[in-house]
Amino acid sequence: MARESSLFNMVMTLFVICLLSSAILGVVYAVTKEPIEASKVAKTNTAISKVVSEFDNDPSSEVFEVEIGGKSCKVYPAKKGTEIVGYAIESFTSAGFGGRIVIMVGFNMDGTINNTSVISHSETPGLGDKMVEGKGTFSLQFKGKDPASFKMQVKKDGGDVDAITASTISSRAFCDAMNLAYEVFKKCKEEQQNK
Amino acid sequence: MNRLKNILKGIITDNPTFVLILGMCPTLGTTTSAINGLGMGLATMSVLILSNMVISMISGLIPSKVRIPAYIVVIAAFVTVVQLVMQAYTPGLYETLGLFIPLIVVNCIVLGRAEAFASKNGVAASALDGIIIGLGFSLSLTVIGFVRELLGSGSIFGFKLIDADGILVFVLAPGAFIVLGYLMVLFNKLKTKIS
Repeated sequence: MARESSLFNMVMTLFVICLLSSAILGVVYAVTKEPIEASKVAKTNTAISKVVSEFDNDPSSEVFEVEIGGKSCKVYPAKKGTEIVGYAIESFTSAGFGGRIVIMVGFNMDGTINNTSVISHSETPGLGDKMVEGKGTFSLQFKGKDPASFKMQVKKDGGDVDAITASTISSRAFCDAMNLAYEVFKKCKEEQQNK
Repeated sequence: MNRLKNILKGIITDNPTFVLILGMCPTLGTTTSAINGLGMGLATMSVLILSNMVISMISGLIPSKVRIPAYIVVIAAFVTVVQLVMQAYTPGLYETLGLFIPLIVVNCIVLGRAEAFASKNGVAASALDGIIIGLGFSLSLTVIGFVRELLGSGSIFGFKLIDADGILVFVLAPGAFIVLGYLMVLFNKLKTKIS
């Protein structure tokens, strides 16, 4: 039932199949592009509203980037009227047990951490993923702390952070991302005051 | 009667996971919870149905020497379609399944059914075959996920039964092998009883 193979019909068959497949993929890509973008934006917005105190602007439309030591982070300013009430900083680290971890950290203008939220991670389920809010108490210990007096390193490394049991690497990575966020925040605040 | 026997064949006597032992990579990798297992099963099932139908339609036109590359292109196209659709409409599930969605392309079940069944049968029969095998695969993955979730995190479909951590090993990779082994024993016992 399958046809005889000749060079010509083999090449033609594969050519036609690839052509049709890519045409279908093109159409599907075009159709799903907007919903994918929308769901990404929705996710960022939920994370922002979780980590900063009340605001009435649209932080994702006023996003800007800040670079610290070659790493660039997105900063979402939260404003009430024209006054900035806090910054939501999308920070990351690649030191996680499963690779990259992206977190959103909210700072109040007095330098204290308002809240944190994990955007994406590949940590071990049941161990490292306890850093995600709601799955463990790890992230709660940062709430309301001022990094100027609260050393964001796990206790094993001489800091003030209680690591997740059996997940020191994930905890360290989380602290790493937190410290990057704090550096970014300091830079933002400085620029804000110089204005 | 014959149809019922066919359905039983896909789910029990020819169950892709427990009897044919195909598609082990997603089986072990994604079944950390019942929902993840079900999601992976349904994603594979939709690819299987679509690719079975298209391959049964075009198999008469494909020269036999290039049939495998041709099937793979068709399967890969459908996997990408499913991936884009999931990313757009079920971003949460897409994130948990992550890498395993593109890996459906190399899932032996899909290519196996294309080669063994769809290329020799009509469109309707191939679609039905896709549904039956897909159901068998989804069912197995859900059962494995269910057991692992119950023992590992003490919850069923995300609802906490007990406020404790559970037996951690069942959420990790070794637990997947242990659960799969015991379920395989149970399943083969059940199979011999039926036949």
